Amino acid sequence: MKRIVLMLVVFTMSLALAQGELRTPQEAALEAAGGEQIGGTVSVLGVWGGSEQESFLEMVAPFEEATGIDVEYTGTRDLNAVLFTRVEGGNPPDLAGLPGPGQMAQFARAGELVDLSSVLDMETFGENYAQTWAELGSVDGTLSGIFIKAAVKGLIWHNVNQWEEQGWEHPETWDEMMQLSQQIAEETGTTPWCVAVESGAASGWPGTDWIEDIVLRQAGPEAYDAWYQGELAWTSDEIRSAWETWGQIVGDQQMVYGGPATVLTTNFGQGGNPLFTDPVGCYMFHQASFITSFFQESFPDLQPVEDYNFFAFPKFSADAPQSVEMAGDLFGMFNDTPQARALINYLVTPEAQAIWVENGGAISPNQAVPLELYPDPISQQTAELLTSAEVVRFDASDLMPEAMNNAFWEAILEFIQNPSGLDGILENLDSVQQDAYAQ
Amino acid sequence: MFESRLLLALIVVVGVPLATIAYVWLVERLVGLLPDRTRDGIRPWLWVAPGILLLTGYLVYPTLNTLYLSFLDANSTEFVGLANYRHIFTDDSFITSLRNNALWLVFLTAFTVGFGLLFAILFDKVPYEAAAKALIFLPMAISFVAAGVIWKLMYDFQPPGRPQTGTLNAITTSLGGDPVAWLLNQPWNNFFLIIVGVWVWTGFALVILSAGLKGIPAEIIEAARVDGATEWQTLTRVTIPMMGSTIAVVATTMIIFALKAFDIVYVMTSGNFGTDVIANRMYEEMFNINHFGRAGAIAVILLLAIVPIMFFNIRRFREQEAMR
Amino acid sequence: MKSTQAMAMPRSESRTRPRTNRFLRRIPLHAIIVFLVLVWSVPTIGLLVSSFRPANLVTTTGWWTAFVPPWNFSLDLYREALTARGMGQSFVNSLFISIPATVIPIMIAAFAAYAFSWMRFPGRNILFVSVVGLLVVPLQTTLIPVLRLYNELGLTGTFTGIWLAHAAYGLPFAVYLLRNFFGTLPRDMLESAFLDGASPFTAFFYLALPLSVPAIASLAIFQFMWVWNDLLVALIYLGGAPNVAPMTVTIANMTNSLGGGWQVLTAAAFISMMLPLLVFFTLQRYFVRGILAGSVKG
Repeated sequence: MKRIVLMLVVFTMSLALAQGELRTPQEAALEAAGGEQIGGTVSVLGVWGGSEQESFLEMVAPFEEATGIDVEYTGTRDLNAVLFTRVEGGNPPDLAGLPGPGQMAQFARAGELVDLSSVLDMETFGENYAQTWAELGSVDGTLSGIFIKAAVKGLIWHNVNQWEEQGWEHPETWDEMMQLSQQIAEETGTTPWCVAVESGAASGWPGTDWIEDIVLRQAGPEAYDAWYQGELAWTSDEIRSAWETWGQIVGDQQMVYGGPATVLTTNFGQGGNPLFTDPVGCYMFHQASFITSFFQESFPDLQPVEDYNFFAFPKFSADAPQSVEMAGDLFGMFNDTPQARALINYLVTPEAQAIWVENGGAISPNQAVPLELYPDPISQQTAELLTSAEVVRFDASDLMPEAMNNAFWEAILEFIQNPSGLDGILENLDSVQQDAYAQ
Repeated sequence: MFESRLLLALIVVVGVPLATIAYVWLVERLVGLLPDRTRDGIRPWLWVAPGILLLTGYLVYPTLNTLYLSFLDANSTEFVGLANYRHIFTDDSFITSLRNNALWLVFLTAFTVGFGLLFAILFDKVPYEAAAKALIFLPMAISFVAAGVIWKLMYDFQPPGRPQTGTLNAITTSLGGDPVAWLLNQPWNNFFLIIVGVWVWTGFALVILSAGLKGIPAEIIEAARVDGATEWQTLTRVTIPMMGSTIAVVATTMIIFALKAFDIVYVMTSGNFGTDVIANRMYEEMFNINHFGRAGAIAVILLLAIVPIMFFNIRRFREQEAMR
Repeated sequence: MKSTQAMAMPRSESRTRPRTNRFLRRIPLHAIIVFLVLVWSVPTIGLLVSSFRPANLVTTTGWWTAFVPPWNFSLDLYREALTARGMGQSFVNSLFISIPATVIPIMIAAFAAYAFSWMRFPGRNILFVSVVGLLVVPLQTTLIPVLRLYNELGLTGTFTGIWLAHAAYGLPFAVYLLRNFFGTLPRDMLESAFLDGASPFTAFFYLALPLSVPAIASLAIFQFMWVWNDLLVALIYLGGAPNVAPMTVTIANMTNSLGGGWQVLTAAAFISMMLPLLVFFTLQRYFVRGILAGSVKG
């Protein structure tokens, strides 16, 4: 039975409170290594490739320079298979990105992960990281994983030029958003929404974000927590209602660009393209903060804020608290070597994380990273959103057991194909729930 | 560092063949010392020994381990009897993948062998054979990640009325049709995945069949022609029958590859929309859900599935021996 | 050959007529071949064209639009792929992994295949089909047990470890293919060799091997290519550190974790395809007819 510690605390990340000058990354690295050039190597396994890999290597370059430790990084998109095999085969990397809190719990209970509270300077860690991050990284009260990078989910992107031309306002509540959607459909004759859920072996996940965003705001954080912990059934009113609510958009040919076939076959990264094409295909696109790099990839001339921007996922009633869903990259330590200790101590410092933040594409969970380091107004705004939110929750599907998560992805695809089959879909999810949480 | 590696490479490239030759030579010297009867009893075992040793370590031992795990629970701690097998056979998605593997088995095998044979025979008649073969073989040289990209460019779908970005839909719409979501519509999407498989694997069949074709003594074909056989008669009565054993090898291999079909499905649909296959189910149970018991049970079922094919092969080899 | 010589009677026509006739008769054949090969190549052509386009156009327009104005070609994707971190080193690593991993299983499989086809011993058919049956074993199920063995033997992260692993994984098919080709060699030829006092050693090296050159060449092509394109086995046994990682690892790392930047894979695919194709062309010249016929006579 894996269960992530409940996080009922409504927390605020005081990014904006960050003060004081940062040291140089080299200084931070040397301190992390205990003040001496210890040399040797540390092996790191992660999912990052491409620009992410570049950013990570840039992040560890000052560390290698200051400590003489060689960081051997291996990236693979098949992290599940590779990490799992290497751990089971008795040859784990020293440090590794963990596919999610679920796998972390599994490794921690099997005694594979080093207890980080004996590795990190817990006092500084407590000052720099909000309590929630520590709780998310803990298994049965032991700190097993740390976050070194985060993303904000549930942002609704739009083409600024189109919106200004039409004079539309950012909706505050779900009802306002649906009214606007109706209005768009009638006035322009164009579908208001783009939805795209294809993502290779993980197809369906963009849909899970929709459901989670709705559950968090419609049923509230308590229901949300009970749900991912397997204590609230999929057939319950709260969860069923979330699917039906999403169905208002994704199940309506007038609402969504291209209908189910397009939604199912379009890669999420290209899903927002019709916002910017001529003629326009849609006016709103729901996706996490990292989607901006995909916009730039397809349309290199676009300017953030000027050409595209986001508004936060709306509330269901005007007086409800501002809620935000986030996700992040967890890191765990499999071999307790001096080099691995030094590296993980370095990775949690604001000096290290600032390097990636400045490169773009990442939000730092370390609140000592100053807001002004974010390279563009949009990433600053997302970081601010995380700060100002009253309720923050981690991506629920990432917190579920992997079998549940996979079934959730598949259910999204089935629902898009056949929204009227919801009863059967939810009943099936219930039976997976009973099996998956029992392990 | 670099130079020492180069030296090592040289030692390996020259040394490995030499070492293996030396092994057989040594074996012959040793058995030569034995009396005739024991010699013939022992010699074959020494010839197959290096292969059997490698196979035992890398394939047989892990397979026995898998068999054992298939009777244990998810964490391989408790004995659960046949529970994993029972679970698999009552799981709808597994039944779907059985059906899909049957489709793969029939169509992948038929088309790769058929096209391979056709190409081998046609290309044999023209001077630019090597170039033509290379173009058919080329897909095999592409990694499956790149193959995924290629077929994304082929099967891409945009809503009607929009410029299509997929080759097939560009053709369909330019002929006045509606764009089709190729990988979505069941059960046809299975065939579109199998087409990718045929595209990749025909090169494999072609190369082996071509080697078999070259092995037919020219005199025999010549003799048939001299006897007045038409081109078609020579082909169907001499060439193809003489390639029988090669065709059987290619077909058997393709059947096994069809049973193991994984990469294409994993990359293109990941088993969604009713396209799941056995190997993908195993991969999911093993690496995503981490249920060793069920993953093991699926692997065992795969092993059992080829037993009939192996019996067919034994019979065929007996016949071959009786004939020569 | 014989027939053309026989027909060389009327001088004036002999040079031209049969040839043009032959050529005309063969036009349909050439047309069919060219058509089939073209159809087969459409997906590859799409990839090739895409690899010469700017990355943003690859995601937003069809590849054939490159052929209408405004022509928009670019070498950026190749530049990106070739300058990717560790590309040169990983090319060397790939070669270093692939060559021994091709040679070892072919030699070992040839011995076994020869024994299976020309030596009599109890249970050999059962043993042989069991070897072939191992073809169906999913690679993934072998990784963890073998990795555990490797840790005990100190083979993890070594080139020896990955050579042996690839050799073993390639063996079932190699034994199967070679046994089949050895099995078709005429019995009287081998028997007469034995009567002349040849040992199995000489029969193997001077008869069986040279007569099976096309089969061995095709085997070498496949084994080389499988090893060259392998990603999983390398990541598990060797790891992805830059000093050992093969090209597949470097290429896979060109896209980010969410699949962004996949356009560069188009160029990378052609770069990594070059060597297997070179191997293919090199070994093609061993696909010659009549090796067997000649040796029977001679």
